[in-house]
Amino acid sequence: MTQFIVNGQDVTLDIDPDIPLLWALRDDLHLTGTKFGCGVAQCGACTVMLNGMPRRSCVTPLSMVEGSEVTTIEGMTGPEIEAVKAAWVAIDVPQCGWCQSGQIMSATALLQQSASAPTDAEIDAAMAGNVCRCATYVRVRAAIHDAARTLEL
Amino acid sequence: MSSMFVKALQPAPLLLPSRRMVLAGAAGLTLAFFIAPRGLRAQAPAPVIAPNAFLRIGEDDTVTVLSKHLEMGQGPYTGLATLVAEELDASWDQMRAEGAPADDSLYANLAFGAQGTGGSTAMANSWTQMRMVGATARAMLVAAAAAEWGVPEGEIAVAEGVISHGDRRSGFGALADRAATMPMPEAPRLKDPSAFRLIGTDRPKLDTVAKTDGTAQFTMDIHREGMLTVLVARPPAFGATLVSFDDAAALAVPGVEMVRRIGAGVAVYARGTYAALKGRRALDVTWDTAEAERRSTAEIFADFSAAAQSGGQTVEEEGDIDAGFAAATQIIEDEIRFPYLAHAPMEPLDAVIEVKDGKAELWYGCQFPTFDRPTAAKALGLPPEDVRINVILAGGSFGRRAQGSAHIAQEIGEIAKAAGRDGAFKMLMTREDDIHGGYYRPLTVHRLRAGIDDAGNITAWTNSIANQSIMTGTPMEAMMQGGVDPTSFEGSNALPYTFGSRRIGWAQMQSPVPVLWWRSVGHTHTAFAVESFLDRVLEAAGKDPLQGRLDLLKPEATRERAVLETVGRMADWQGPLRDGRAYGVAWAKSFGSYVAQIVEVEERDGRPRATRVWCAVDCGIAINPNIIRAQMEGGIGYALSTALYSKVSLGTGGAVEQSNFHDYPMLRIHEMPAVEVEIIRSSVDPTGVGEPGVPPLGPALANAWRALTGQVTSELPFPMQSNV
Ligand code: FES
Ligand code: FES
Repeated sequence: MTQFIVNGQDVTLDIDPDIPLLWALRDDLHLTGTKFGCGVAQCGACTVMLNGMPRRSCVTPLSMVEGSEVTTIEGMTGPEIEAVKAAWVAIDVPQCGWCQSGQIMSATALLQQSASAPTDAEIDAAMAGNVCRCATYVRVRAAIHDAARTLEL
Repeated sequence: MSSMFVKALQPAPLLLPSRRMVLAGAAGLTLAFFIAPRGLRAQAPAPVIAPNAFLRIGEDDTVTVLSKHLEMGQGPYTGLATLVAEELDASWDQMRAEGAPADDSLYANLAFGAQGTGGSTAMANSWTQMRMVGATARAMLVAAAAAEWGVPEGEIAVAEGVISHGDRRSGFGALADRAATMPMPEAPRLKDPSAFRLIGTDRPKLDTVAKTDGTAQFTMDIHREGMLTVLVARPPAFGATLVSFDDAAALAVPGVEMVRRIGAGVAVYARGTYAALKGRRALDVTWDTAEAERRSTAEIFADFSAAAQSGGQTVEEEGDIDAGFAAATQIIEDEIRFPYLAHAPMEPLDAVIEVKDGKAELWYGCQFPTFDRPTAAKALGLPPEDVRINVILAGGSFGRRAQGSAHIAQEIGEIAKAAGRDGAFKMLMTREDDIHGGYYRPLTVHRLRAGIDDAGNITAWTNSIANQSIMTGTPMEAMMQGGVDPTSFEGSNALPYTFGSRRIGWAQMQSPVPVLWWRSVGHTHTAFAVESFLDRVLEAAGKDPLQGRLDLLKPEATRERAVLETVGRMADWQGPLRDGRAYGVAWAKSFGSYVAQIVEVEERDGRPRATRVWCAVDCGIAINPNIIRAQMEGGIGYALSTALYSKVSLGTGGAVEQSNFHDYPMLRIHEMPAVEVEIIRSSVDPTGVGEPGVPPLGPALANAWRALTGQVTSELPFPMQSNV
């Protein structure tokens, strides 16, 4: 029995505590905005916020989130996510779209943690864990700069 | 199988006017028609009776275009909707798009005569057809307004989704039911390009919003009541066969419901992915590898190299090769080796099926419905009309979902059949299944030889290519003429360069490793071989890489010349070296489009680091420049990833040595160069952009690297270590 909070709601799951959080979210809670890309913390498609910090849900056992707060792309709120989503649309970042929830979670975390507009090097450091097979990287970078401007960082 | 494709290759039914269909239960106007590609128009129209349509106008004024092309990131939903909206005079805000289901009779790709997406044909084959759809719907809406208001059609205006006459105004939705009863116009007039207001302008893709908030529905996201997740234990080597298995431990895993033998291996059915993973791990399977590919990559290369050296069968010959080499004062030779490559779409392959009361419904990113529907039906033991395939968003493909073998359709059909009961099943592959799964870009060897005379002219050029054929053994084999698969060497022949003499040869190789088209197909290796080898030849001839190419182009190669000159201007080309950095140029024509690129390279830790890329593209009329630029950027990143990292290799005994992104690495954001794209203005009909951005990058990178370090790249990917 694992109790935790998902997108602001109390959740109790009576399933194998070893199950990666990714599959509990997708298969049991039907929150499918969080994607599977590798299962081994190599691609970032499965990124969620765990107590406000980005985390690879594919390598996070359910037992580890007991009592914690998990936020998925579906439950993100606040000025940073709004600025990031608006920039993503204006710059038309996604291609196939599969990696984009993860990109957006990492980008939002970066902006939440930035006191000033992130440099290219800071963007590289924050985003290097998110693979995009469609190579939308030029636009990911541009959209993060754009969102930082919106947030007046 | 092959007879099925022969039938599918017959020209699509022609015609307008055909038949208007009103979908039972769906409010508003729905239209179905066919427009044949040029050259087929003289044939008699076939009647069309279709349960579906290209266009749906809702009571709320939304216009939904049913895309006959799979949306896997290249933007056809938006492109097709743009063509319809342009002629319909719709407002862009009211446009929507969704995938059309599998139905050959209605949704054929006019370039193939069969339903499928590939070869960067989506916009080219839809260019006239989808504008006709929009113009026809517009004419019927105008006729409805004229009847409703009792005014002449000629006095009615349509703009931004509003139909008007004097003070009277209406949206499309209010008139859609009446429009559906109007006669279909014989020959709706298409706009003169000077009147285009959407075509040629930037706009974000229709599916972008859903892809930024997690709501976009992909195959893996589908849930059906009582659905089981299925993972298949697959052979450890290509061509290995299943001998036996013990499923006791697998069935003991909580959540595992059953285990079945299917053609692809042993299928584990479970409640949820995690249980399926655990169940599959607990299986004990015995395989027979006697007939499998047991050669290592090194051994395969040795065999293919020997075949390439023997020259292969001649696929192109011009002039006197012997005389050409005799006249040469310098001869340059090389062998270039290309590994197997996995497509590695970010969403690994998957499919969902639900079987109920003798009918089956499927949901997945189906790229070749023409092959998939009959294949799934046969595996299920159902007539194709009782099998519905809902084509939904795919998280990438790059060719991987376009299988002549229809192996995913076969597999999901067998999974449902083997269950022995009605129900819903989701098959998915892990990343390891994907990387191990074959259907690779063919491993290829090019043997090149060129002769140069005293004046620096190229007197002889030969290129012999050895690889497996993609089309052989699939329904597409029927298209091969004289036993030749043009996708094996496309881009090495029909070059617009003036060579004194030339010979291109191809040796077809065999292996149980299944091969497939991979973003830009033959051009993935031919552009590299031709453009990197030519760079060496030009250097030996004392010529500048850019000017040397321009001088070699035949006079009629005007579009090639334009992209090369444009990219040279964009990069302010001053030769291959400047301020410690190197510049490499290359170009390729693929899928009807012309792309030239210049790459700026510096050395970092003994490896090339691309810092900037300039790209000039001529793809005819630019429908949505934003999408063209995106595809060039993406193609450049995909190709850079490939050149720097990508290799699937077989070890001793034939097992694949890579398994996931740690050993089949992907380009990451810090390695992505800045990209500048310029689109050549054109009034020629549009051609594709999904693939053509890929071919020039690799050779341009290698050319720059050679200029910087003197090192010739004769095997891809670039070595992880080099001794600069
Ligand atoms: S799926 Fe978790 S990092 Fe790739
Ligand atoms: S948009 Fe396709 S993987 Fe990133």
